[in-house]
Amino acid sequence: MAKTSDLDVAYVARLARINLTEAEAKVFQKQLDDVLQYVEKLRQADISDVEPAAHALPIFNVFREDAPRDWFTAEQALSNAPRKTNGLFIVPKVVE
Amino acid sequence: MTEQDLSALSITDLQALLRRREVSPREVIDALRARIEAVDGEIGAYLSLDMEAAAKEADKANVDLPLGGVPVAIKDIINVMDQPCTCASKILQGYRATYDATVIRKLRAAGAIPFGKTNLDEFAMGSSTENSAIKTTRNAWDLSRVPGGSSGGSAAAVAADAAFGALGTDTGGSIRQPAALSGIVGFKPTYGRVSRFGLVAFASSLDQVGPLTKIVRDAALIMNVIAGHDPQDTTALNEPVPDYAAKLGNDLRGVRLGLAREYLIEGIDSQVKAAINAAVKQMSALGAEIVEVSLPANEYAIAVYYILATAEASANLARFDGVRYGYRAESPKDMLDLYGRTREEGFGSEVKRRIILGTYVLSSGYYDAYYLRAQKVRELIRQDFANAFKKVDAIISPTSPVPAFKLGERAADPLQMYLADVFTIAANLAGICGISVPCGFAEMDGHRLPIGLQLLGKALDEARILQIAHAYEQSTDWHKARPPIAAAVSKA
Repeated sequence: MAKTSDLDVAYVARLARINLTEAEAKVFQKQLDDVLQYVEKLRQADISDVEPAAHALPIFNVFREDAPRDWFTAEQALSNAPRKTNGLFIVPKVVE
Repeated sequence: MTEQDLSALSITDLQALLRRREVSPREVIDALRARIEAVDGEIGAYLSLDMEAAAKEADKANVDLPLGGVPVAIKDIINVMDQPCTCASKILQGYRATYDATVIRKLRAAGAIPFGKTNLDEFAMGSSTENSAIKTTRNAWDLSRVPGGSSGGSAAAVAADAAFGALGTDTGGSIRQPAALSGIVGFKPTYGRVSRFGLVAFASSLDQVGPLTKIVRDAALIMNVIAGHDPQDTTALNEPVPDYAAKLGNDLRGVRLGLAREYLIEGIDSQVKAAINAAVKQMSALGAEIVEVSLPANEYAIAVYYILATAEASANLARFDGVRYGYRAESPKDMLDLYGRTREEGFGSEVKRRIILGTYVLSSGYYDAYYLRAQKVRELIRQDFANAFKKVDAIISPTSPVPAFKLGERAADPLQMYLADVFTIAANLAGICGISVPCGFAEMDGHRLPIGLQLLGKALDEARILQIAHAYEQSTDWHKARPPIAAAVSKA
């Protein structure tokens, strides 16, 4: 079957910050080409006068009172950190 | 009453015993613990249990509260304070929730006891629970088959009497389909009817929390507790919550049921078709009027879903980056290496596939062709339902075109797995409510496999859908059937 999409799995995986092995990228390329081939059927739908549905139900402008309340302590927020020191999340150096 | 007899009870019957002080909440927890120990080695429904904490809760339970002393199993994608919340993913290994989700807070306030977390497809992405990175869950009716998914652990636990009831989540059928394949009741509320605060987000315009139970009345009891507005979830609708359980009756006179022409698709198993036809006849005998309706845009539902759900997932799952919680790759040399390897090693194949697809359909140059087009077709699907509900109170169909399939049978072909959701997905796109109730059995290789009937209702019409489902259920014996694993253990 002719290739129907421009999807380059290896490139998009980099955008999504997921490393892939070459073998995995090859399998995904085939599987996702199949899925994109399937969704081509959407081109048959007549959408000329249709507004896109952002949400299934109309919900607009939900407000709540802007009041302080208790929330996580720094200790709780850090309780699941893979690395932490002095109340901070520790990551590899970002700036030289 | 023996421990086995106790664990086999519905919440409704359990509650009657508790309120008459014929059993204590502690005896209930002990019976449940014994039952889980007896069957869960084979079923594999639970990822974690805290029966000690549950026993303490039971000792101080007030049985006169709406769910006082009733243990409820929780899909492991909903945060329960101090418990793991793995989402069945390696990327959340070791994580412990630092707060209760709103639904958990409400369950506790009503006296219910969350005691264990159930297996699922990783991040709720799947239809068989085979995408769990942690363990295999088996169908209580045939251990060589899947329990359905993604709330497969919740469904299998309830089916095997290893839970009185459970919470699941439904993004494209993940409550209704496993309920159907496991022979129990699964209810998907209207989008926004139940708060999602504390639910790990998969596709935010579709996700909804709901109950899996042995009978419809139990689902109504849980809905009474978990439904309603929540200032911490802006999508939780600020609408009054009726007493769903009080409105149940046995009559279907005056009810109009819609049969959708488009649902007579190729590929429906003949035994499923026969069971649905018999159920329609039965409901007609109870007084329901059967009306043909049309849902022409329904054929696009799966395609729309796999664009929108993956797009939303690609954004929601960006938070799993190895910085603030969960798994982090060893000795990262810089930030890109940390992100790339953490997500490579932490996510399973299906999650990676969906993030990549979602990133692609949102990417510059492709957004209009995929995402925007899908949002427009979604609107057509929504309009189809709105038109149909002018003529009928509920739309009737199979929940799944086939009974439970074999473990491994569909795992290698994602598209085939997606197509199994053909009857359930449109309800999430339209934001409406729906239920699956047992309506018969298929015979396959010497096993009886449950079949589910789906009823879809318009937005916020939960009470009516529960009423119709209850009236049908009470006119049949399907909900009384027990899987062989229940019988085997009872005899031992």
